[in-house]
Order: sequence, then C-alpha cells, then structure tokens
Amino acid sequence: MGVGSFFTSKLDEAIGWARKYSIFQYPFVTACCGMEYMATACSHYDIDRFGAGLPRFSPRQADVLFVVGTISQKMAPVLKRIYDQMTEPKWVVAFGVCTCTGGFYDNYATVQGIDTIIPVDVYIPGCPPRPESVIDGLMKLQDKIATQTQRF
Amino acid sequence: MQGGQILQRLRDRFGGAVVDTHEHRGDATLVVDRGTLVDALRFCRDEPTLGFDVLMDLTAVDYQRYPGREDGPRFDVVYHLYSLAQNHRVRVKVRVDEDDAAVPTAVDLWPIANWFEREVWDMFGVHFSGHPDLRRLLMYEEFVGHALRKDYPINRRQPLIGPKQ
Repeated sequence: MGVGSFFTSKLDEAIGWARKYSIFQYPFVTACCGMEYMATACSHYDIDRFGAGLPRFSPRQADVLFVVGTISQKMAPVLKRIYDQMTEPKWVVAFGVCTCTGGFYDNYATVQGIDTIIPVDVYIPGCPPRPESVIDGLMKLQDKIATQTQRF
Repeated sequence: MQGGQILQRLRDRFGGAVVDTHEHRGDATLVVDRGTLVDALRFCRDEPTLGFDVLMDLTAVDYQRYPGREDGPRFDVVYHLYSLAQNHRVRVKVRVDEDDAAVPTAVDLWPIANWFEREVWDMFGVHFSGHPDLRRLLMYEEFVGHALRKDYPINRRQPLIGPKQ
C-alpha cells in the first residue's frame, strides 16, 4: 500500500467526520409526519446533538432533503425541482411510510414511494415514525456519510 | 318551510318535469328532468317563499352496478340548496346517461358552481354545457380518465409528470 492511498483514505474519513456532524436539512413537509419531525427537532429529542439542528429553508443551502409526508402526483414535479436545486454533496431521507412506499394511499393521487422520482439514502418507516426511529435513521445516515467515498 | 311544503310547491310549479320526489327524516329531495333543471334551480333561488340563496354543494354519484340501477341512467348530479333567510334546505337531483353525460351549467345562478362543476367534471367526467372554463380542478391536466368513476381501477398508475418548462 503506497503512502498516497493511505493518506487519501484518512482524508476521506476526516471529511466524512466533518460532514456527518454538519447536516443542514431542508424539511420538505407536506403532511402529518411534520408534527413528528418537529417533535424530533425540538429540545426534548434534540437533533442538534447530531449536528442537524439548523434546518435551511432554501434547497441551495441544504445537504439533506427530508421528505416528510405524502407526496401527491401533483407535488412530484415540485419535489424533483427542489432536489435538482440542491448542491452536491446531497442526501435524501424518506420520512414516514407515505414517502417510502405510498403507505396506505394506494390510489390515483399519491406517488407510490418518492424513490420513483429521486434517489433515497435512508428510509424511515412509521405512520408517523416515532422520534426514536427518526434519530435511528439520522444516525444511519451519519454512518453512510462518514463511510462513503467523499467527493469534493 | 317544511320539506313536504317545498316539494309540493315545486311539484305544483313544474308538474310533469318532476321525475320523483321523496322526503326522509326532514331531507327533501326533488328529482327533475334535465331540460327543466336550470328553470327549477332559478325558481328555487328567486321564488321568495323558497329563497334558496346558497348552493351548499354540487356533486355527482356514479350508479354503475348499483342494485336496481343497472340499466338506468348512470350518473346523478346532486345540488344541495340552502336558504339563509328561511333556514330550510332542499336537494335537487338530475339523472344523466353515460353516453350523454352533460348538464347545463349553474354558474349563472350561483358563481360558486364554477369550481364545483369543474370538480365534478374532473372526478366523474360529467360535462357542464355553458360553463365558462371547464378544466380539471384537482387533478393535473395530463391525468387520463376520471378518478371517482366506479370503473376506474383503484390501483391504476398514471404516468409521472415532469417539472413544468
């Protein structure tokens, strides 16, 4: 193993460590899951412990797209555009069963999972997911960010 | 005015054009011929003793495969009227066939009918002739079919629409 490759791997780790504790999320909140998202974000569960305490309300300043709530067919192009507006590196969290699979809305109006529109990194099931599930998903996302090949 | 009196007043006025009337626990219903619909609605609004100044709701019912209605007209278009001054209500229905699913518009009588009729067109595919702007209200324009018809499959998937250019 050459010196260069060893060094590159450590730089990856350093960047991954920095990135996983500086998550700026864009909450794309459309439905009731938003209440559970707010509960998680507030002081009792406190996602600030994970460096994710500062939501940005512009996709251009955000790293992680939190899709929270049912996505209708009419909303799909909006979600796609928001995702396209985010700068790299970016990750997507599907929050709640509606975003994961469409949930029980197996009907004419609802997108059957947002992964039909945009790539998803972490799925958090639940209707709505409890804050513990959200924090679990957030920590899984942190692991993913920390261990992936960093592009910069 | 009691429901029975309202129906009696309408029967007296429109006679043969009234297909059916019934009353159940205070809910009076008038089923009227399509050709007389607008006249009947206008009479309901303008006749002082009736005074139905509010169109509470306008919707439709798909009776396809409904017991007893298999051969009959497929759709009912339903108008719920309310009088603020008199505090009484009436329901007006008109029956239309699938082949000729069109009803004259009520926009001239109650402006709120504009969006109600657009919703009924969107969901049931019942046309409202004379409507100023009959576009889909809830679904997007690329949507194929009418979602609340009984023969619309529950799990039919529509093609995804891209961002507007």
